[in-house]
Amino acid sequence: MPSDSRRLDYDIIYEVIEDGSRVLDLGCGNGDLLYLLARDKNAKVQGIEFNDEAIYRCVKKGLSVFNSDIESGLVEYPDQSFDYVILNQSMQEVTKVDFIIHEALRVGSKVIVGFPNFAHIAARLRLYFQGRAPMTKTLPHHWYDTPNVRSLSIADFREFCKEKNIRVLKAYYLGEHRQVKFWPNLFALNAVFVLTR
Amino acid sequence: MLPFYPIRENGIFRPGSFKNSEHCMVKEENLGIVETKYFTFAEPPQEMPLEFGGKLGPITLAYETYGELNADKSNAVLILHALSADAHAAGYHEGDEDPGWWDAMIGPGKAFDPNKHFVICSNVVGGCKGSTGPYSINPLTGKPYALNFPGITIADMVRAQRYLIDHLGIKKLLCVVGGSMGGMQVLQWVAAYPEMVRSAIPIATTMKHSPQQIALNEVVRQSIMADSSWREGDYYGHGQPERGLALARMIGHITFMSDKSMEEKFSRKLKNGNYNFNFGADFEVEGYLRYKGDAFVKRFDANSYLYITKAIDYFDLSGGKLIADGTKVDTRFLVISFKSDWLYPSYQSQDIVRQLKMRHVDATYCELRSTYGHDAFLVELDEMRELIRHFLDKTFNGYEVLKTYAI
Repeated sequence: MPSDSRRLDYDIIYEVIEDGSRVLDLGCGNGDLLYLLARDKNAKVQGIEFNDEAIYRCVKKGLSVFNSDIESGLVEYPDQSFDYVILNQSMQEVTKVDFIIHEALRVGSKVIVGFPNFAHIAARLRLYFQGRAPMTKTLPHHWYDTPNVRSLSIADFREFCKEKNIRVLKAYYLGEHRQVKFWPNLFALNAVFVLTR
Repeated sequence: MLPFYPIRENGIFRPGSFKNSEHCMVKEENLGIVETKYFTFAEPPQEMPLEFGGKLGPITLAYETYGELNADKSNAVLILHALSADAHAAGYHEGDEDPGWWDAMIGPGKAFDPNKHFVICSNVVGGCKGSTGPYSINPLTGKPYALNFPGITIADMVRAQRYLIDHLGIKKLLCVVGGSMGGMQVLQWVAAYPEMVRSAIPIATTMKHSPQQIALNEVVRQSIMADSSWREGDYYGHGQPERGLALARMIGHITFMSDKSMEEKFSRKLKNGNYNFNFGADFEVEGYLRYKGDAFVKRFDANSYLYITKAIDYFDLSGGKLIADGTKVDTRFLVISFKSDWLYPSYQSQDIVRQLKMRHVDATYCELRSTYGHDAFLVELDEMRELIRHFLDKTFNGYEVLKTYAI
């Protein structure tokens, strides 16, 4: 399996999801993760993606996908339509985070959220010593071209879940090549949370 | 160089019979010469019952087929056309300059491939392209039906097509596909016979006609009926209401294009370089509309236009009629809309998708970038062709296609 952090998150999400699950991926991109789940885990998968080119690549893989933004993509689904709703690297790109998470928890029995950690040590050092906005391996964009509209740390997200009474079933903290066990809010580049109501 | 596909004995297509060498060069993926066929059914006393009461028979449907039905009859694709098209979807009729209306989509190597699929294109009841319609002879009177033709709906068109599909011995269609009114027939196929449809591709269409769409159709109808040569529909033997029908079609063509496509195609270009103040066609766009209107009069029956636009206006599968509550539908959907289509705007396709989501139907939705307006489904084909090709592969081969795709 690939070793960079983004693919490490695929490995983790792939392991979390049981065979034959019904999965909705919000912001599924090229559909690589859904493709693996459909092919190897016999999952019944559905993607939602805004980018046209990405949609074509999904269809090429035989995936079912809706051309839509994440905010308006969930409303019609009846409660508990899916076993898992995935929000991997897409939550920080939407403005109505609270709404999306609650909608995801309504249509899915579990929600998997993957996001980059803005409090990684590299981001902190860059801010503290250079006075520059955070850029790390998982935050590669400049302030002027980033798709991210929400900047959060692992600690922030834990706090958010607590405030909103969302249960964290499991949390994984990812470094560049392997999981981070020690002081994740400082050393993890990415986090993957498994949530339920 | 001739394309590689089987030469059929019964004259469906014969690659050797291209009209000239140029076609052999550039139309390598073309079907060659094709023929329209006719199926007559619902002979009295077993007429076909109609949705809004009454019955009709006998009924003839014009249709064309390309390719061959496979042994387990699992490769049939039914193509349904828009308001004014016909059964001639691809290839050339003997002596014709232009191919069928969806030739870019149908042929070896294209989205619907006669080497893999048995492609059927069916005309509609109420039309004037070889199927029974208002211009047909009423067997009871020996004269054309004219306005004695019963009111028909999209559901009636689909029911008639069901007779044809049964006649061809097909229990389940691999795919039902069409744009605009063809898309309405696609949705009606799923609503009426979901067990017969493995996959559905409604393009640039709607579940129900909106007030704006009905209003445009009403203006179209009024322009026909305002022409005194319409004679309350009883014009057969006297010539068509040409002015009215041409005007109706001109209105239609405005709605098929977009502001941008008209700018790109015509801008403010003049036909003769100056303004003439004689109410002739100064601008190219005026010339285009006049040309399209006049050409239409030669190929379409005014009463058919009235009947079919009404059928479209009556179409309404909203409120759970597309997929009834509690029914399990296994049909896979590919819903396609076009950004610049203001006649059938994307929100209407999204409404279809919303229904499918609520019913847990397997679906893909794509809004394609295009400047061509509603015409895009006939004009702008590359992305659509690829989408459909991959979607059909998946439908036909199941997850096998996934296994062959390496990421």
